Amino acid sequence: MRENILEVKNLKAYYKILKGQVKAVDDLTFNIKKGEILGLAGESGCGKSTLASTLISRKPPLHHISGEVKLNGKEIMQIPEEDFKPMRLKNISLIPQYALDAFSPTKKIKTFIIDLVQEHGIKPDREFFDKVKERLYLVNLDPSVLERYSIELSGGMKQRVIMVISTILNPDFIIADEITSALDVSSQRFVATMLANLRDEGIIGSAMFITHDLSILYQIAERIMIMYAGCFIEIGPTEEIVKNPRHPYTKALIASLPQVGIQYQDKKLSGIKGTPPQLLNIGEGCRFRYRCQYADKQCEISPVRERINEGHYISCWRWKELGSDNNA
Amino acid sequence: MPKNNENMMSVKGLTKVFKSGVFKPQYTVAVKDVSFDIKPGTILSLIGESGSGKTTIGKLILKLLKPTAGQIYYKNKDVAQINDKKEVKEYYKKVQGIFQDPFATFNPLYRVDRIFEIIFSSFGYDQTNKEERIHKVLNDVNLNPGRILGKFPHQLSGGQLQRLLIARALLMDVDVLIADELISMLDASTRIGVLNLLVDLCKENGMSVLFITHDLNLGYYISDYTLIMYKGRLVEKGDTKKVYQNPIHPYTKMLFNSVPDIGRRWDKEEEFLPEQVVDDVRKFYATNQGRGIEEIEEEHSVLFSLK
Repeated sequence: MRENILEVKNLKAYYKILKGQVKAVDDLTFNIKKGEILGLAGESGCGKSTLASTLISRKPPLHHISGEVKLNGKEIMQIPEEDFKPMRLKNISLIPQYALDAFSPTKKIKTFIIDLVQEHGIKPDREFFDKVKERLYLVNLDPSVLERYSIELSGGMKQRVIMVISTILNPDFIIADEITSALDVSSQRFVATMLANLRDEGIIGSAMFITHDLSILYQIAERIMIMYAGCFIEIGPTEEIVKNPRHPYTKALIASLPQVGIQYQDKKLSGIKGTPPQLLNIGEGCRFRYRCQYADKQCEISPVRERINEGHYISCWRWKELGSDNNA
Repeated sequence: MPKNNENMMSVKGLTKVFKSGVFKPQYTVAVKDVSFDIKPGTILSLIGESGSGKTTIGKLILKLLKPTAGQIYYKNKDVAQINDKKEVKEYYKKVQGIFQDPFATFNPLYRVDRIFEIIFSSFGYDQTNKEERIHKVLNDVNLNPGRILGKFPHQLSGGQLQRLLIARALLMDVDVLIADELISMLDASTRIGVLNLLVDLCKENGMSVLFITHDLNLGYYISDYTLIMYKGRLVEKGDTKKVYQNPIHPYTKMLFNSVPDIGRRWDKEEEFLPEQVVDDVRKFYATNQGRGIEEIEEEHSVLFSLK
């Protein structure tokens, strides 16, 4: 048994606004093992980015409601900001979604890095930049990028610079939020593979890879967790989630993915009708029930998390009777 | 269901050079010597990465940009010759575009019904049974008219707005639809619905679609023909199955190699560098000097070298 780097138990994080509470992360339980890449997939508004913000910084209107999060065995939801700040970048780090736009067009990449690390109390001395250059080499970038402006770099190059900065202190755990989404397919492959390489070389400990694209997770994640409308749906080993999904939502999601080799004339894929519910003041019950063809009376009560087999958990009342399609 | 074998649209030697700067102008070749045909009732996907010039081609066809060289023919008529206001309107009745961001297409201050009203008020379509016809096209795109009409854009989802725009194209009975990254802002579970709809409508009504995308899997799923763009040039084109099963150009190969596919993992041992393709393409052109564009099998041609 590997040890856990992150343990999340019954985590609830809501946005408190005038009209009430937006229940963006509602009762989430999972853990990430040391050295593991966990993939987190879901559609827009499912709470995956909120989960990232909850783990790394809770700024109003986002509030931690209940539940605990342990990083390396240490509870981090309750500790004051001044104690948590030194942990960022070192113990827990985030590669944010819109990082590509974060560079100021009027500053050199080097100036941007200096500003950023000073904010975290690191001295940008020669030794530091030697390390940066070494890492740039690792991601196939020439150290001369430091002297360039952000507009001179392509999206993929910028994403690589961001990854070098976010991992410069060898964080134990890193959250990668949609880091491949804005990139071309060729850069996507490079950046995703790079994250796995950084892990293999021990530069980062573990990672949570957030994306809407299951086919990328299939490439690099060991386990995949699926979320829907702020709730936990299913978690399990990658191969099992993809080839033998058990939750009606996971099944539908995977069935909607086009693959090379499938043409419209041969096999018509089906989507999911309807849209996810509004999370503002949402009540009891399975949140997928409005779009689920198997929903019945029972589903008006929130389902409990159940174990299917080792490492495979699900949150659905009817998973046993529905069985597995084994559609692979 | 092609009406006849004549091309709906034909693009010949299309080139677009952008000029920037006044005193020391810099020239960017966005599209270079691109030729292809669109047959009635077919879906043609135009695939390329950012900056390859795919959107520029869409804009040239929609007359939002003027070509530097080359011609676009719509039903054998040179589109560049369509200049007087009335003719341009007639052209837009038959050739329409739908773009990536539906929220940017709709004016947030007006109800969504306005996109239909404009058809009648400014394009001068026949007004008889207006309501009935709007309801019919909405039903065709699986939208409930009662729940859609009268709403403001922010009250609807991205998928619903894109469907509305498809409904509008249907109502106008367009010949050619330029769909530029139509579904890239939609979620996996909703985009398939929009795509299926598009193919169904295309086959039923003989509408042609130029599907501009960066997503190879989606391109394969819906299109009859595939065009691969790299740095402003068409490097490979032909029957979708043939191009995907037997890619020849190094850029096409690299592209197919990097697609994440469920059920097939990337080769971990293979050293993969996206930058490598620049060299590969240069070598490919050098070894095949003088060949230019060649048809390697029926309905499949490759750019072997730059002449």
